[in-house]
Order: sequence, then structure tokens, then C-alpha cells
Amino acid sequence: MTLDLSLLPDGGIPWITASGPHADIVLSSRVRLARNVAGFAFSPRANDGERLRVLQQVREAASHSALLSNAVLLRVDEMTANERRLLHERHLVSKELAELEATTARSGSAVLVGDEAALMVNEEDHLRLQVFRSGFDIGGAWERASRLERELGERLPLAYHRDFGFLTSCPTNVGTGLRASVLVHLPGLVLTQEVGKVLTGLQQMGLTYRGLYGEGSEVVGNFFQISNQTTLGRTEDELCDHLARVVAHVISRESEARRVLSRDAGYIIEDKLWRAYGTLRYARSLGADEAMNLLSGVRLAVGMYLIGGISVYTLNKLLVFSQLAHLSLTEGRPLTEIEANLARARYVRGVLAVEAGEA
Amino acid sequence: MLCDQCKERDAMVHLTQIVDAEVTQLHLCEKCAAAKGIETTVAMPKHPLGDFLHAVQQQAPAAAGDQARCAYCQTSLRDFRASGRLGCAQCYTAFEGALRELLRRVHGATKHRGREYEASVSAAVIEGGTELDSLRDRLEQAVAAEEFEMAAKLRDQIRALE
Ligand SMILES: [Zn+2]
Ligand SMILES: [Zn+2]
Repeated sequence: MTLDLSLLPDGGIPWITASGPHADIVLSSRVRLARNVAGFAFSPRANDGERLRVLQQVREAASHSALLSNAVLLRVDEMTANERRLLHERHLVSKELAELEATTARSGSAVLVGDEAALMVNEEDHLRLQVFRSGFDIGGAWERASRLERELGERLPLAYHRDFGFLTSCPTNVGTGLRASVLVHLPGLVLTQEVGKVLTGLQQMGLTYRGLYGEGSEVVGNFFQISNQTTLGRTEDELCDHLARVVAHVISRESEARRVLSRDAGYIIEDKLWRAYGTLRYARSLGADEAMNLLSGVRLAVGMYLIGGISVYTLNKLLVFSQLAHLSLTEGRPLTEIEANLARARYVRGVLAVEAGEA
Repeated sequence: MLCDQCKERDAMVHLTQIVDAEVTQLHLCEKCAAAKGIETTVAMPKHPLGDFLHAVQQQAPAAAGDQARCAYCQTSLRDFRASGRLGCAQCYTAFEGALRELLRRVHGATKHRGREYEASVSAAVIEGGTELDSLRDRLEQAVAAEEFEMAAKLRDQIRALE
């Protein structure tokens, strides 16, 4: 099977448009709900037949869902490693579902990608409903996720316990099964060395943070994913509101840090950021982390109005499309690290040249 | 690049400092950075599952209780302590006591307050069918694997449902 991403509504990454509120600081907002279908063992413990039946029931239920009406089903278990990585780079499948290190993913694993929502099937839980929104819009993400869950719940019997709520494979997700997260870019707080305090504060308020690609991923390019830590004992609205309130505060701290930077260190910052742009514009080889850090610099420069003529949309696109599996897709073959660095530099140069009106 | 401080080891930590409107870059090795009391990396929070597994393992290693198995999926409390994952919905009932204690630690709560759910009638019908199917599947596998003890248990469950 060849994965044709052009079949996906919006390529499965509608948040990339940067059309949402505070899109220069907040890349995307996401709400994820974990659910299991009653009558089957959870996916890791289930056998092949059970997982396939779960998938079949989910497809049937999803075919009646308005939110998934144009959805495309991708069988992750029939994909090559590069195809799985591609979906992971688009945040459509988690590391667990993609099984990046394995030759094949476990049977029955799939993802349904619609305009506004995506549905991972046979991850650690039978169902992981995900809604991404551009910018800072937790409310919009929750509203859609909740609607989708009701649609599916009418046709699928869900594993639910009177006291514990929705049952999940890992008890850290039990209850609401809800993980709301916001992907933020905080270079101002990192440069002014305020970020440590802010992150410690988050943890004290029951939130947690990770890198760009979720659990276990490193913080690169000053991107942080902030999300709720607990899922039981509070309502979905309370969890979402709390996260939104704290993130609003983080956004204002970041804006304040940027003001301090331009007031106290204007030309030095300006020079540093233009150098980042210069490197991206002309380098012949770019490492993955290097590109991420330089893109972080340019994103900051655009946010501070130091560099004009580059849209946040382009920056989002560069962030996703300059990654390994996407470069391999463009080149039409698997790439070594050196080849990938060359291809990455070529791709970034090309996009920035078009943006600058020179190509 | 060598450390600005000791000029001996490689600089691993690169700091941008703003002092009197001057941005200075400080490059330090990890040792000198630590000596200055600088956090060498933005410390990642411990994986929530890591904390959680720790909490699971902290629970008194109840000797007898650990052997207890979920009748539906055969996961034991010991399996759960090792992986942090439950095998099926019935595990929550099978290990309810141990789980309550754990959920209190992890979530600070043991009672769901979010959306309530009631399976619709049609859903309940599907449920009966699939549960039976999947038990038959498991039975077949158990027999093939010559796990006769489990096969006997599964057969009893199937009879109860039929
Ligand atoms: Zn040193
Ligand atoms: Zn079980």
C-alpha cells in the first residue's frame, strides 16, 4: 500500500493554517479522549481476532458520525515503517501506535482521519479520539471531541464503571479519559531564563509538560506541550478550563518576556534572529534539531515583527515537512542522515525563497 | 568549543544572559555549569507513568493478593504491577481494592465526576454477542497452546453466557 496523504482532509493537519487565536505563540490545541469498547480485552491484551472486530465495530459506528463523514481510514498495520513515521510526524498517530522501531504495527491498528477529528484505533486503548485546533482554542477542541464521543457512544458499548468512569488500559487515564494539551512556543521565556520558574509553576498546578512529540520526547526548538496530569475526580469542563486559564497566563508571561528582550537587548536579539534566518535561507546541510532551533528563532522574529513577509503558516509547514519521513517521501526513497540533512536544507531554502518572492 | 570557565573541557551548556542591555553568551562545561548552580538542561518532568509505576510498586507487596487473576483476561495483580497496564474492563472490578488506593495517590480522587454514560439497548445486545465471540476465540487459542486450565475456565464462562 502506498500512503497518499493528499487523500486526507486537510492532510490531517488543519491546525497548520495558523488561523486560530495567538497562533504565533500557540501552534495547536488538542483534546484527546480515551475509550474502550465493552466486551473486549484492552488492545495490548486482546488477540488479533478481537482487535480486528474492534476495528470493524468502530468503522461501523464511525460511518454514522457526522464529524467523521469524510474520514479516511488508514490501516497502520499494513504500513511500512516510513509511512507510520509520516503519520507520527503529523501528530496523527502516537509513538505507541506507530511502533516506530518495529517492522510492522500490531494487527488491527488504524487511524481514521476526518476534517475536524481523528480517531486512533487499537492504540493502548481501543479508541483515542483526537481533535486538533489551530492556535489557542481548547474550548473548540473539547466541544468537537465531546460531540464525536456522543456520536460514537450511541453505537458502541463503552467500558464504563459507576465509580471510576470510563475505563482505560492505564489507570492514569481513567475517569474522563481526557487529555487536553496545548503546544506552545516559549523562546522569550527560555532566553530570559524565566522558563524554569514557569514550568515548575505548571507542575504545582497539576499540569505537566513534554516536548513537541509528546511523552518521552525532548524539548527542542523551545516547543512545549502543556497538558493536564490527572483525569479522575474533576469534570471535563473543569479540566479544560483549568488548563486554559493557566496557559493564558503562560502566554502573557511569554509576551512580557518578548517585550523585555526587545527593550533591553533589541539589536542583539535582532542580529541573532536574522542570523538564524540567514542560515535557514542559505545553508546546504541542516540537522533535524538544528533546523528546529533555527525555525524557533525565525518564529520569534516574526512574532516580534523583526522579520516581515513570512507567514506563521509557512513556519508551521516547515516544522512538519522538514522532518525525516516527509523528506523521504518527497525524495521518493529512504534517506541516510547525511542525505536527509542535505534534503532538509534544500527544502527549507526552496520554501523561504518562494516566501521572499525570489523563486 | 572549550568551556569559558576552565578552558579544559568541552562546553556543553550555552547560556544567553542579559546584563545591562548586553546579551552575553556563556559557554560552560557541565561541571562548571553545575558549580555555578546552573541547571544544565530544562529538566523534563518525570514521566507521569514513571511516578505512577513507582506508586504501584510502593503498594505493600501483598503476597497472596498478587496471585489473584482477572477471570476474564487472566491478568494478575503482579502483571499489573510490572507493566502498569490493566488487561480489560473487568480488571477494575477484580482489583478494585488495590486500585482505589492507587487512584487516590495518582489522581487525588477515586470517584468519577465527569460525563456519565449509559449504554444504549442496542449496544448492550452487541456487547453480549462480542463478549461471547471473543471468549470463544480465547478458548480456541488456549486449547491450541495447551493451556488446559485456562481453557476450562473459559469454557465455564462461555456456558454461563450462552
Ligand atoms: Zn569548565
Ligand atoms: Zn481483566
